[in-house]
Amino acid sequence: MKDTVIKTDKLTKRFGDFIAANEISFEVYRGEIFGFLGANGAGKTTAMRMLCGLSAPSSGKAIIAGFDVYKQTEMIKRNIGYMSQKFSLYDDLTVLENIHFFGGIYGLTDKQLEMKSKALIERLGLQQEAKKLVASLPLGWKQKLSFSVAVLHDPKIVFLDEPTGGVDPVTRRQFWDLIYDAADRGVTVFVTTHYMDEAEYCHRISIMVDGRIEALDTPKGLKQAFQVQSMDEVFYTLARGAKRGD
Amino acid sequence: MRTIRFLLQKEFRQIFRNKIILAMIIVMPAIQLMILPLAADYEVKNINIAIVDNDRSTYSQRLISTITASGYFRLTGYNGSFKEAFQLMEQDDADLILEVPSGFEKNLIREDEQKMFIAVNAINGVKANLGGSYLSSIVKNFNKDIRLDLMPAKGVLQTPTIEIVSTNWFNNLLNYRVFMVPGILAILITMIGGFLSCLNIVKEKEVGTIEQINVTPIKKYNFILGKLIPFWVLGNVVFTIGLLISWLIYGIIPIGNIGVLYAFIAVYLLSVLGFGLLISTFCETQQQAMFIMFFFMMVFILLGGLFTSIDSMPMWAQAISKLNPVSYLISVMRMVILKGSSMKDILPHLGITFVFALVLNVLAVINYKKTS
Repeated sequence: MKDTVIKTDKLTKRFGDFIAANEISFEVYRGEIFGFLGANGAGKTTAMRMLCGLSAPSSGKAIIAGFDVYKQTEMIKRNIGYMSQKFSLYDDLTVLENIHFFGGIYGLTDKQLEMKSKALIERLGLQQEAKKLVASLPLGWKQKLSFSVAVLHDPKIVFLDEPTGGVDPVTRRQFWDLIYDAADRGVTVFVTTHYMDEAEYCHRISIMVDGRIEALDTPKGLKQAFQVQSMDEVFYTLARGAKRGD
Repeated sequence: MRTIRFLLQKEFRQIFRNKIILAMIIVMPAIQLMILPLAADYEVKNINIAIVDNDRSTYSQRLISTITASGYFRLTGYNGSFKEAFQLMEQDDADLILEVPSGFEKNLIREDEQKMFIAVNAINGVKANLGGSYLSSIVKNFNKDIRLDLMPAKGVLQTPTIEIVSTNWFNNLLNYRVFMVPGILAILITMIGGFLSCLNIVKEKEVGTIEQINVTPIKKYNFILGKLIPFWVLGNVVFTIGLLISWLIYGIIPIGNIGVLYAFIAVYLLSVLGFGLLISTFCETQQQAMFIMFFFMMVFILLGGLFTSIDSMPMWAQAISKLNPVSYLISVMRMVILKGSSMKDILPHLGITFVFALVLNVLAVINYKKTS
């Protein structure tokens, strides 16, 4: 049987009259790479922030890693990792200091911290940069670092909000290697993206239009349903009807 | 507890890494404390006086030289008519006009009585007030001297025989620096603590790092403590430097127990930092936080009792100053440093400041929201 780690039921977020996320319902299973697609302004980030316990929903239900999104936000936070759209590690700390800090507040022991940071730095090939300020790293490396920090404490689910925006194709490829690695370790990956080639890498994807989920299936299933050759075309067909966006 | 360790490690690393801010925290108050007390005192000197001498007699000359020799006045006009002297006042070249009427000497000797006229430029209220009263007392003394000159033989003087001799306790030379330095130090501590703490969390909001913190299972009070403790330590460092400067430059050694002073500062810093953090949790940008803090700082400082005595403020202002932590600090600083007050004397101040600290920090923890 599939093990459900995210389950939402008519989850809604209103900001005054504006409905950013409108009755979204879906399920995500353990170990899955779930692509969360949508045009700018479709409500992806809002939805993701609700799932992470950063933003309280206006109505609807959601269970994340077995915990209720209204009452047990702190338990949810213990079990997830999050990488926001905006780079949010400390620029004025070194690579190693950032790893130690975030590992430390997730409650890793000193021994674990030492082992994990060593492994992480080797995996990313950052041996030369370990003691340099994060501010001095190129964007691609920063993104890989923040992903690695987000999964340092072995969360059940990791939420990635446009993790590869502005990153070159080679680094993007490497970034996806990291994602696959994490998925192999049983981490569920919930990722938003604008790149349709990345959408193809996902096990299942949902496409949001104007705050609603308009399609949800495997990439192959979606292409068949819309009778098109590529994810690009699926996306255009759906997003063309969007009324909002920037 | 482990979480606190990691938070403190991070905060201290960030503080020590930003050398410019660190220098500003330490050096700026030191320089201000070295310079400001030299200029900020209540004593009024260099009062410009214009004298209209209609008598031009020995006595009027003697009066004028007494006035100019006092050291407080600068003779900027020696005019033939009041109109000329008034022109000087209009041009702001004279703060006071003393008019000596004609027949001054004659009346003094024969009639035993003479009226004189002082006109005061009241635009600068303090200067006008003090200048006027300095001048009156000089004239009074002059009058007494003349009585002695004129009636040396009689033995009975007609000047009042009751004289009040006052002694100034706790600051017997009325040294303004002794009075001002502890007050200025109090304000510097408040500013450093208030601004550092109010900008810090907001900065994390602006940069976006707070998001990464909010998505961790960190406890809210841990986060606030992690911000509070580093600034508390810095505040104590600045305070210690301030005490050293007061001792080395102004020779001020607290008469009371220095431990009492530190005990109060410990609690006081918590209240100021808590206030800063509370503002920080309300604001979205450093600019907002800065302006709000600035607003409160102005109120705190002007109603804090450093420049003007709280006892002579209107009732509503006195009521506000009851809620002003700065007024308690300034008062405790002066009590302990100048008067040698003990823990028992400052206990009410300490109690109220403790309540401020508790309330403000609890509010900061409550108002810091990990979920919006």
